[in-house]
Formats: sequence, structure tokens, C-alpha cells
Amino acid sequence: MSRYDLTRRGLLRTGMIAGAGLAMPTIFTSRANAYVNEPKGGSVTFGFNVPQTGPYADEGADELKAFKLAVKHLNGEGDGGMLGTFSSKALKGSGVLGKKVEFVTGDTQTKSDAARASAKSMIEKDGVVMISGGSSSGVAVAVQSLCQEAGIIFMAGLTHSNDTTGKDKKANGFRHFFDAYMSAAALAPVLAKQYGKDRKFYMLTADYTWGWTQAASMKDFMEKEGWKMVQDVRTPLASTDFSSYLAPVLSSGADVLILNHYGGNMVNSLTQAVQFGMRDKQVNGKQFEIVVPLISELMAKGAGKNIQGILGSSNWNWKLQDEGTKAFVKSYGTEYGVPPSQAAQTCYVQTLLYADAAERAGSFDPCAVGKELEGFKFDGLGNGPTLYRAADHQCFKDVLVVQGNEKPENEYDLLNVAEITPVDKVMYEPDNEFFKGGELGKCNNGAA
Amino acid sequence: MDAIILQTLNGLDKGSAYALIALGLTLIFGTLGVVNFAHGALFMIGAFCAVTMQRILNLSYTVVDPSKKDFLGNPLKVQMPYVEHWFGHDAGAAIINWSVPLAILLAVPVMLLIGFAMERGLIKHFYKRPHADQILVTFGLAIVLQEIIKQIYGANPIPTPAPSQLAGSLDFGLLIGFPANTIVYPLWRLVYFLFSLGIIGAVFAFLQFTTFGMVVRAGMADRETVGLLGINIDRRFTLMFGIAAAVAGLAGAMYTPINSPNYHMGMDFLVISFVVVVVGGMGSLPGAVAAGFLLGILEAYASLNAVKDLVPGIDQIIIYLIAIAVLLTRPRGLMGRKGVMEE
Repeated sequence: MSRYDLTRRGLLRTGMIAGAGLAMPTIFTSRANAYVNEPKGGSVTFGFNVPQTGPYADEGADELKAFKLAVKHLNGEGDGGMLGTFSSKALKGSGVLGKKVEFVTGDTQTKSDAARASAKSMIEKDGVVMISGGSSSGVAVAVQSLCQEAGIIFMAGLTHSNDTTGKDKKANGFRHFFDAYMSAAALAPVLAKQYGKDRKFYMLTADYTWGWTQAASMKDFMEKEGWKMVQDVRTPLASTDFSSYLAPVLSSGADVLILNHYGGNMVNSLTQAVQFGMRDKQVNGKQFEIVVPLISELMAKGAGKNIQGILGSSNWNWKLQDEGTKAFVKSYGTEYGVPPSQAAQTCYVQTLLYADAAERAGSFDPCAVGKELEGFKFDGLGNGPTLYRAADHQCFKDVLVVQGNEKPENEYDLLNVAEITPVDKVMYEPDNEFFKGGELGKCNNGAA
Repeated sequence: MDAIILQTLNGLDKGSAYALIALGLTLIFGTLGVVNFAHGALFMIGAFCAVTMQRILNLSYTVVDPSKKDFLGNPLKVQMPYVEHWFGHDAGAAIINWSVPLAILLAVPVMLLIGFAMERGLIKHFYKRPHADQILVTFGLAIVLQEIIKQIYGANPIPTPAPSQLAGSLDFGLLIGFPANTIVYPLWRLVYFLFSLGIIGAVFAFLQFTTFGMVVRAGMADRETVGLLGINIDRRFTLMFGIAAAVAGLAGAMYTPINSPNYHMGMDFLVISFVVVVVGGMGSLPGAVAAGFLLGILEAYASLNAVKDLVPGIDQIIIYLIAIAVLLTRPRGLMGRKGVMEE
């Protein structure tokens, strides 16, 4: 372990020396640059910072595939994907502002420090104008603040914590993915309709910022529907055996279990809850139910049969029937042989949105690009009409309530769209109690 | 009362895994004098034997079913397992259903082989080296094994369900006169507990009632004298390493329905298993087993909501508190022998 640290430090040290060397000439040329990393040649570089190792590596691989596809389409290769359905027609498939798009990748390892180190290297060594990616809110928040300081745009990938565009929001950061509040707002009415108003729920919650915001949002919305909370038990993120947390649930008087868990946590806790017989028991004269507020295709795959019939929410699903989704699924499916996940979709869309904003701004200056994204309304990218709100840089769009498919037709047919909750039902004010605190601040383009 | 019975069951099945891993660790330490930090990785590889068995049984050929469509609208390619083709649909499906218990057939030879290879290829060069060197090299080996598994099987957990007959739950409360739904416990976890009792019994019987076991026990007590009697104790110890690896592997294979296996599951158990060994007493087999169950049960009791309300977070640290208390009052652990790791 220490050996590894040593190499990393050695690497950082070398990087720092190299960086200092590279920085020298820019002292003489800095006047020629209006903003940091202004592209001079015939190409522009994007940075994709995703977990390539560690527990979310498979999710990161999916994001990377989507990024590569987006770059292909931007450069006019392949079938163009969602460029053909995107409401803005600024992009012509000839690169961005006449420059060919190139990219570099970094490995976040799902750790904030590693993610910041690789982002820094991409900014200083590779001269990227924008960074995208991530599949953990902790990492996203860390990289977002680094980009703010460096004067680079951060287009967040999969991050679901309220804080990313709440108390930790930044002027240079933009999120297309939805958040914990929207999940709860979309799910609550559906749960009340399907399971009745007179329910008692028990929650197991991952003990870190995402889990807390998810649990607080669920509690708030379920209590408005008349449900009563029996207990909210925090479980350490590192847990793998949830049996001691699950054992008391059935005799607690609760008739619904809400699992505020993500990734491997959720796969284990759901599998074990099913083993405890929770899906075939009657409590208080009602069928016992399990709810997972945030479901992803990769988690559904991990949970296998146990996900069948479980309700949750998603940002997007490949089975949607709009033109954008159809074009994207066809393009991605032909390229890779599997349908894209919601993580892939949000990363693909973020890349297109950035490129489109730069094209319309006529510059890669982060402040000019940010201005184009703020308040931008668009359609045709798989989520229906969408608004990039200026006040917090959060996208607002319809939210999907999904349900584990009970009769899958093939191995990818894991989730069904149970309901599409319209955007006005999940809308909130920027100073909402779950989001208040923190300031966007001013955009930073890194110009000295 | 029902909560206490529930957590006792929970503790027994947590303790099963701890006891099995600690038993293997103690076997290796007692015979070879090696502190094996790669033991968690052996548990993990055992779990992946179950995954491999599942994959072997699911080996399929492709049939195109024109009546159904895949996600791109092309005719659906259906995977037809060879097992179902050979034995007919029902028998084939039943075999696939029982893939986890069947994995035992794969895990035993594979783990014995890995155990031998590890001992002959690496560990034997470290017998005379300090414990710190042994810990470093076996820890490094654990990371290597982990990365190999990740390369082959990916980073995400792989579902390996129990046979459907054993996948449900047992209303244990009904059997002992409680109302329905008060003490419900997963069947497979009870199976796991019984299975581990069986393995522990078999290991003890092997050491107690066979000549081989007698020699090994003699070697554990005094290696030099046994060597002077003209017995090749090294070869027997190599075999014991293989057996310890197989015990860890079986524990891992049968554990897969409880937790979908992933490449770093071994590390999660490693630290706790060492605590178990230390509490039980270095080198004491009954100590390892007793401490495994004891710590499992105490950990389960500590996660009772009533206890957690009293002392928040106690469920996370109870094992280590006990370890500190035991080491302060009984430095050799509960059943530790004199002279082990004290030279």
C-alpha cells in the first residue's frame, strides 16, 4: 500500500516539476491568452474523468463509452446519434468552432483525492477546456470546486446528491442528472397511489452526504402523503452484510422498507432483504413492500431477480420512445452491442450540451460558455423539454418512476418505466430548505 | 425477547464465517508458523469458484428466436444452456438452480491446488523470515489475487442465488411458540451455519482421529522432535496449507448467496478474522472457533436498536473493544498456548 503511495507522490512531484517548467513560457505568453487553456491549433481537448478502477469501474467504463461516442458524433463520424434530434442546430458534425475534438481520460478511482489529482493533470498537462464525468457525489463536489479554482467548465456526470447544485454549487459547474429531492418528489405520489396512504416505513440509509439528503427528502415527501416513519437507521458505507440491520424490520411494525443505498450497498441490502422474506410477508394486514429511491441499470443487473417489482426512480431509461432516445440507443447499441445506461446518457448529453454552448458562444471561454448554458432550454436529448436553470446550474426535466421488470424479454430488459412525473411536480426554488446555503459565485475563466 | 433470539441467530451465522476463516488462519499459523494475510483472498477465490460453477453450468449456444425482438429490434438471440440441451429442460434447470452447492465439487480441488501452489511457490521461502516479512509478502499476494479476479470477472458484484428451495425465509418464531412474523430468518443463512458446523467438526475429527492428524498435532507441539523421528513433517504441513485453503474456499463458495461476491470481499473479512484469532489465542483451534462465534453474537447484540440508542455506533467497534479487553486481561487470548509468538 505504502509503495503505491510512494509512486503516486513521486508522480505528483514529477508532475509538479514538469508543470513548473511548462508554466514558465506561459508567463511570457499569458497576455495572448484570454482564458486558461485557450486552444490555439486545429483541435480542442476535452477531459473525461471517470472511475476506471475501484468499485465503480464498470459504471465508469460505461460513461467512457458514451463520451467516446459523443466525440465521434461531434467530429462527424458515425451516424450522428442525438445530434440529429437535438433542438439546437448549431453543431454541424464538423468539430466545435471548426476545431477537431480530442479527449484525454483520467481515473478517479472513486476517491476525491485521486479524482482531483487526475483533473489537475488534465488541466495543466493536457490543456483541457472542460472536464466531465464522475459517478459519486463526493468526487463530483471535489472536482467541481477544483474546476472553479482553475477556470475550467465542469459538466457533472452521474451525481445525485442535493448538495452538488445545492450548498456546494459553483459557477463553473453544471449538472444534467437529477437529484435526491426530485427522486422523492416523483416517487411519493406513485407510492401512495400503489401502496395506499396508511403505511409505516422503516429506512436504512447509507451514512454519508448522499444518503442523508436522500433520506431527508424521502421522509419529508412520504410524511406529506400520510405515511409514518418508524425508524431511520444509518448504515456505514463499508457495510456488506446488512443482516443485523434487516433482522428487526419485520417485527418493528413497519410495512414498507426504504433502502437509501446505492451501488454495491444497494445490491447487497436488497438481496438480503428479500432473503429475509420481506417480499412475501403480510404486515398490518398489508403486503410488505421494499422501495429503492435511486435505481440504475447496473444495480438492477447486480440485484438479479430481486429487483423485480421494486419501485424507484431514474434520470433516463433506454426504453423511452422519444426520437432522441431512439437515435441514441441505436447509435450506442450498434457501436457496443448493449443498450446504454442512465450514466452513459447523462455523460453523452453533457458533452453535446457543452459543445453546443461553445459553438453558440463562438468561444471556449468558460464564462461565455456558461452564459450560453444558463437558462438554456432544449429538447430532443432523451428527457423531453429541459431547462438549465441559471440560479443553480441544475437541469429540470421530467423524472422517471421505474419498476423492476417482472417479465424480462432479454438480459437488458431490467426496468420498466412505470410513470413519467412531469417537471412541474419536481420543481423547487433555489432557496429550498434542502438546497440553501452556498453561493454560485462568479464564473472564473482563469485569466490572470 | 424476539429481537434477542433474532440477533442470536444473526450472530451465529456471522460467527460461522468468522470461525471458518479464523480456523484456516490458525491451522496455517499453528503448523507453518506463517501469518497469512492472503487468507481473505482465498475466501474470495472460493466465492468465485461458485461464480465459475454458475458460468460453467450456464455455458450456452445461441438460438435465434424470430418471434421475439432484442433492444435494437433485431430477432432475439436466445442463449440455450448446454445442460438443458443434454438433460432436458427441467433437469437442466434444476442443475443450474443448485449451482452454488455444486460449486463445492469445484472449490475443493481448485482450492487445494491453489493452496499447494502458494505454499510451494512462495510461502515456503518465508518460513525462516520475520513475521513482518511474511505479512508483507502475503498481503502483496492478496492484492495480486484480487486484481487478477477483477480482471477476469469485473468490479461489480455478481449475483449467485441460492437454490430456489432454500432461497426463502423460515418463520423460526412459529416453531418455538411466537406469533407469526416475529422471528423470520433466511433459510440459506441457517444452512450456512449448519454447513460451517459440519466443516469445523470434520477438521477437528481429521486432526483428532487420523494418524495423519496425530502427526500434524505432534508437529504443531514440537516440530523438531517429530522431524528427528524420521517423519517428513514439511510435506504434511504443505497438505495442511492446502486443507486450510480449502476450508476458506468452501466458506467463500457457500457465502455467495448471502452477499453477491466481488473482488474485495476477502479484505472485509481479513481484519475481523485476525481479531478473532488473537482473541481466541494464537495457535488455538478451539479458541479460534469459540471466539468466532462469540464475537459474531456480541456484534449482533450490539446492533440491537435498544443498545445502539444507549451507545451510538457501538455495533461498529464492539469487536475491537472486546479484543482490547481480552488482551489486557488475558494477553495470550482466551485459549492461547504458552510460547506461541513469544520467542
